[in-house]
Amino acid sequence: MEQSVTYTYYPGCTLRTKARDLDEYTRSSAAALGIALVEPDEWQCCGGAYTTARDELATKLSAVRTLNAAKERGNALVTVCYACHNVIKQTNYDISHDEDMAAKINNYMKLAQPYTGETTVYHYLELLRDVVGFDELKKAVKNPFKGKKIAAYYGCLLLRPGKKLAMDDPENPSIMEDFIRAVGGTPVIYSQRNECCGGYITMEDKAQAAKRSGAVMSSAKDMGADMMITACPLCLYNLKKNSGSDLPVYYFTELLAEALGLKDVPETAPEGKDEANG
Amino acid sequence: MQRIGVFVCHCGTNIAATVDVKAVAEALGHEPGVVISQDYQYMCSESGQNLVKDAIKEHNLSGIVICSCSPRMHENTFRKAAAAAGLNPYLVEIANIREQCSWIHRDIATATEKAIILGKAAVAKVHLNTPLTSMESPVVKRALVIGGGIAGIQTALDIAEAGFDVDIVEKEATIGGKMAQIDKTFPTLDCAACILTPKMVEASQNEKIHIYAFSEVEAVKGFVGNFTVKIKRKARYVDEVKCTGCGACIEKCPMKKVPNEFNMGLDNRHAVYIPFAQAVPKIATIDPNYCMMLKNGKCGLCSKVCAAGAIDYKQQDSFIEEKYGAIVVATGFNPIKLDKYDEFSYNTCPDVVTSLELERLMNAAGPNGGTLLRPSDKSHPHTIVFVQCVGSRCSDEKGKPYCSKICCMYTAKHAMLIRDKYPDTEVYVFYIDVRTPGKNFDEFYRRAVEQYNVHYIKGMVGKVTPKSDGKIDVQASDLLSNEQLHIDADMVVLAAAIEPDKTARPLATMLTTQMDTNDFFTEAHPKLRPVESATAGIFLSGACQGPKDIPETVAQGSAAAAKAIGLLCKNSITCNPCVAHSDELMCNGCSSCEKVRPYGAITYSDKEFRMPDRTIAVRRVASVNPAVCQGCGACTVACPSGAMDLSGFSNSQIMAEVDAICK
Repeated sequence: MEQSVTYTYYPGCTLRTKARDLDEYTRSSAAALGIALVEPDEWQCCGGAYTTARDELATKLSAVRTLNAAKERGNALVTVCYACHNVIKQTNYDISHDEDMAAKINNYMKLAQPYTGETTVYHYLELLRDVVGFDELKKAVKNPFKGKKIAAYYGCLLLRPGKKLAMDDPENPSIMEDFIRAVGGTPVIYSQRNECCGGYITMEDKAQAAKRSGAVMSSAKDMGADMMITACPLCLYNLKKNSGSDLPVYYFTELLAEALGLKDVPETAPEGKDEANG
Repeated sequence: MQRIGVFVCHCGTNIAATVDVKAVAEALGHEPGVVISQDYQYMCSESGQNLVKDAIKEHNLSGIVICSCSPRMHENTFRKAAAAAGLNPYLVEIANIREQCSWIHRDIATATEKAIILGKAAVAKVHLNTPLTSMESPVVKRALVIGGGIAGIQTALDIAEAGFDVDIVEKEATIGGKMAQIDKTFPTLDCAACILTPKMVEASQNEKIHIYAFSEVEAVKGFVGNFTVKIKRKARYVDEVKCTGCGACIEKCPMKKVPNEFNMGLDNRHAVYIPFAQAVPKIATIDPNYCMMLKNGKCGLCSKVCAAGAIDYKQQDSFIEEKYGAIVVATGFNPIKLDKYDEFSYNTCPDVVTSLELERLMNAAGPNGGTLLRPSDKSHPHTIVFVQCVGSRCSDEKGKPYCSKICCMYTAKHAMLIRDKYPDTEVYVFYIDVRTPGKNFDEFYRRAVEQYNVHYIKGMVGKVTPKSDGKIDVQASDLLSNEQLHIDADMVVLAAAIEPDKTARPLATMLTTQMDTNDFFTEAHPKLRPVESATAGIFLSGACQGPKDIPETVAQGSAAAAKAIGLLCKNSITCNPCVAHSDELMCNGCSSCEKVRPYGAITYSDKEFRMPDRTIAVRRVASVNPAVCQGCGACTVACPSGAMDLSGFSNSQIMAEVDAICK
């Protein structure tokens, strides 16, 4: 790979606790692909869930801080968790399209320079598609998943709202399927791939969440999937713990790391890496 | 000094309830030049008009102001009344104190004040009105119908019946349009082909009708009564005169894998083809995109077998020019493309079809000979789900904001026909509302529900996905029982919204007619002039004006014909004298007016002018063809030197009105 490009990398809280795998393999695969992911010196929770109330500006402040951190470093921001990506990308869209909101947030935050949506936000999948390129990725794969039928799980947050997230067609996406092909697997198209996993409802009503995640898993299994990949810690939790299905579920980054031959090799710690997570 | 009469109408309570009409009459009576000012309950009634006529004679009036409804409503009425009393009709002005005053205000004092101001403006204008005389322009006694579907065919037959020559220009290889693809028609379930094809034959055999199939309108010049139209005759690579339609070329053509448009791509045709058995004209056409002879010069089989020697690989597009007095637009509709509706898996699952595709699948002349089979595995479907309003009544940019009008009825028809022929097939219809406002329409829908046990479910389908066992999972909500449903279907049929044909917009530009935001042609008045466009001499027939079923289309086709006949009957037509004129001495030939002329009435020519020093200078100046000008006034605004002016709405008249309002 050519000279590495540096991106500001926002892991998010869950990647530091429950979803360490997601974080680890993102960093190691990025390093192998010549992408330097650098964490901001300080970061906060993304805001958790994007509030749709018009005046809930306080919940968007932490996302703006992250976006501004990337702007100050002069590079694009990379996220990997579906929820973080959704909150940060939507906030970025809103602050660049809603002058009133931008004014209020900047009045409150008193940044050195007002932030009005200058940062480009990539989901790690987008980075693989648009910056690395799936054809290039294919060349870098050492252990292809030959013959493996892999179901991509988008969930509800990665692609919607389609206009703001602007990643792929929310009803008939292809980015994860293309990723699966790049790592040598066979993608499985199934009906529930962009439906909700049950989300936070699992806290309130486990049975309801189980119904949703069960539907996702059985739909994938019905179409012959051997495994499922996702990038969302909450989806992974629901699909693994609530669905009652034995279909294995992995973070897509784990597959990526394995395909690139990084999985069992102790990784070289990129800059800003917190050893405590290893 | 002008002698002006003012007449204030109560319009029952329409005006009088909000405007103090007596105060208006009193106030306007004091305006300069006003010699009589009266109010009356219904000025448009016969006695109201007599009031105006008598006043003209009694007071020797030189100008009239009527304070009443919109000039669109009754300007003509009062112009006629004035003319009957010997006053030039263009000395009548209307002050609109109904639509622009009483109907939009609540407060009597405000409304009265505004009505007085509007009246004063009209008085100020009428001071400057000059008598205008209409000119006459001859009418070419031949009509053009653009589009050869049922709308165009009906219009052409009716015009021919009245004794006028009429040409049909159809872009496809045959006339017949969408109706030719339909199996049965609602609400009578009679066979579409049985009622359409005789009309197609009638059109082709009528000596007054000439059909230019596989042709398109290329350019339109001229104006009402005298249009010049350039028609492009697309190359068929077959001599139309020699071809007998025997079909020998088709049998021998080795290129058999061309998607058959007539069957919605559900089967294949040859590279040389006749769209369907009853095509009119029944002439073969070679598809240059697939013909191996045309593509790489290898083959030529059709030419060898053609006994008539009609195959002509060297044929080129040709052009003809013809003059017409009237043009009828009948460009019709198409179902929208469903590319953006991935939630219904239309692009990925062959058993998810549109209603028009189902129509072909069920048609005796269709790909399965009339037996309804799943496109994927040719098996008999046991469960069919219909989804209504796919793209209709849609609030986002994916679909259309309007109701497509025909889908509720054809879906009921499909559901009923399937239940009748295959009683073991369960049929579900998901709907937002069932709309059946037509003669015998609701009875028809009730029959589908009550007699044929079609399951109508209020609610929308959220997701359609193929499953591993070949079934299709239809996920939907039942709004009445508030339940989420999953139906294992064998086929899903989508009622795609309909939209105007893509050729309509460029055609509208050529014809300088108006369209709405959905590209439907705009009628001159939504209620009172439904088949005329705002451009004189251009008439509208069928679904190009809005979604329509067959009975409505035929009715409108005949109505458009009647209007066209009314025009063609005349030897000459009276032109609107309120048209632009250019003062050649002031015009500097800058062409600003050319950029805005929506009707193409302005031309430029070099003219000789005698200069003060007695030399001759040649200058480029604009001139207006009064027969083409529609009096829109756009050029008068664009003209930087003030050379353009509009008779009846001159710059000085408009300024006088503004001054009166601002005083």
